[in-house]
Amino acid sequence: MSVRVYDLAHARAGDKGNTSNISVICYDAKHWDFLARELTPERVAEAFKHIAKGPIRRHPLRNLKAFNFVIENALGGGVTVSLAQDIHGKSLSNVMLAIELPDPK
Amino acid sequence: MKSRETIRVGAGAGTSDDRMVPALELAERGDIDYLVFECLAERTVSRENLARSKDPELGYSPSLHARLRMVLPTCLRKGIRIVSNMGAANPLGGARATRKEAADLGLGDVAVAVVLGDDVSSIVKHRGELTLIENGEPLESILPKMISANAYLGADVVCEALNTGAPIVLSGRVADPSLFLAPMMHEFGWSYEDLPKIAQGTAAGHLLECTASVTGGCFGWPGKKEVPDLARNGFPFADVKADGAVVIGKTPGTGGRLDVMTCTEQLIYEIHDPTAYITPDCVLDISGIALTQDAADRVRVEGARARPRTLTYKVNVGYADGYIGEGEVSYGGIDAVARAKWAAEIVKERLKLQGFVYDDFRVDLIGMSSLHGQVDTRPEPYEVRLRMAGRTRERKAAHAIGFEVRAMHMHGPGGAGGACEPRVRDVLAVKSVLLPKNLVNAQVVVEGAL
Repeated sequence: MSVRVYDLAHARAGDKGNTSNISVICYDAKHWDFLARELTPERVAEAFKHIAKGPIRRHPLRNLKAFNFVIENALGGGVTVSLAQDIHGKSLSNVMLAIELPDPK
Repeated sequence: MKSRETIRVGAGAGTSDDRMVPALELAERGDIDYLVFECLAERTVSRENLARSKDPELGYSPSLHARLRMVLPTCLRKGIRIVSNMGAANPLGGARATRKEAADLGLGDVAVAVVLGDDVSSIVKHRGELTLIENGEPLESILPKMISANAYLGADVVCEALNTGAPIVLSGRVADPSLFLAPMMHEFGWSYEDLPKIAQGTAAGHLLECTASVTGGCFGWPGKKEVPDLARNGFPFADVKADGAVVIGKTPGTGGRLDVMTCTEQLIYEIHDPTAYITPDCVLDISGIALTQDAADRVRVEGARARPRTLTYKVNVGYADGYIGEGEVSYGGIDAVARAKWAAEIVKERLKLQGFVYDDFRVDLIGMSSLHGQVDTRPEPYEVRLRMAGRTRERKAAHAIGFEVRAMHMHGPGGAGGACEPRVRDVLAVKSVLLPKNLVNAQVVVEGAL
């Protein structure tokens, strides 16, 4: 059995230059420790390996039941020069939500 | 003037293309004291600089006319003051346009306080040694192609503009949260030494700067994150007290939702290190913030912290960087993906035969790999839209992409449909440098009589 990030958290992606930041926010604070253990920068890097070169940093935000993932070299050079359809990478939060993790129970 | 205990600052626009009517709803029913329009994306000032080079009266945000025509009668009648960066590359021209709109509406001679000094192109052009933040190269590498250079000014100079008493303040580039912090500094006499208050005000500005993103826009998910009446979602405001207490709310009687979930998404949006969000006014730390639902559609914000502002302004340098061309055509049914892939190979070969070269080139299969890249385990869709795009120095090479993709109707694999017209756009690239604040001459001039 496994869970997806989607089952435990919501997310939003933002852009600055060629860097994407994706928040992961627990619906319930009790899942924060599980995500802290399982949703590692390495696991996120694996999910984004065909999209972003990285590096990837994870900033914990326990007060907000959240994490902020900062993913560099993710946006085709940035909004002003990118050839992508989604130049801001707004849809990238859905790659994060689809990541599968071991069952927390 | 400075006797009010609480002020209400509303967000009337979060981008140049934002909806119009929610700002009017805020002005009419939101009981606001200030209405802030944030209308400048990263490259907008470059684009407006080009407009100004063709006509010296232009260069302000083109949406200024429609936005102000709509809200000016209500705002002036109720004493709601307007703060906006719609001055873009020509705040003085924007002020003249604003005053003309007011006069045409029969509202008389309306003074506009104009914030100047964000245009630092004449300063940075002598400082080619400055380092580009994005790639570490010297500014010199893009100076010959520079179109604009604008510092993100802070709330201090916007506050100074409010101190003139003019009902409208118009600026060019100002950091988004600073537009919202300025009315608080003006009303409550906050200085940059009042760090906890500056922190709270900056956090409030950050929550408001994308308007509907905190009231249920860019949020909903069927069956998981429901948003009521999303077609009519309202814009937010902040109730701010002199001691720095902040509560976020939204226009009564509008759709959308405002709660801890929507506020958390917006709070973290476009932030990198949550303990060091650098604005011209402070270095904000959101990691200790607590969000609490005070009442329906009301969220309390507590615990923002800040360190003193840095000694530099971030400067966006816009420069011309060639052209992007693109084209699209669709395939459906049996072997749709195989036919789209074959078409892509034919187009690439045609471009090569004509000797065109591209700095960057991209092939997307919309419906399969255009948003999240190619993963081989995904099932093939019933239909797919081929999109090809390239960046190049030559306009002709950019145009050729869309031309050759469209030609797949007649010259490609069987059953192509619905190609678009060839698309070409100028690339206005943006890189940034840090410029010592003491080199920048931010100032206020008033157009019209006070």
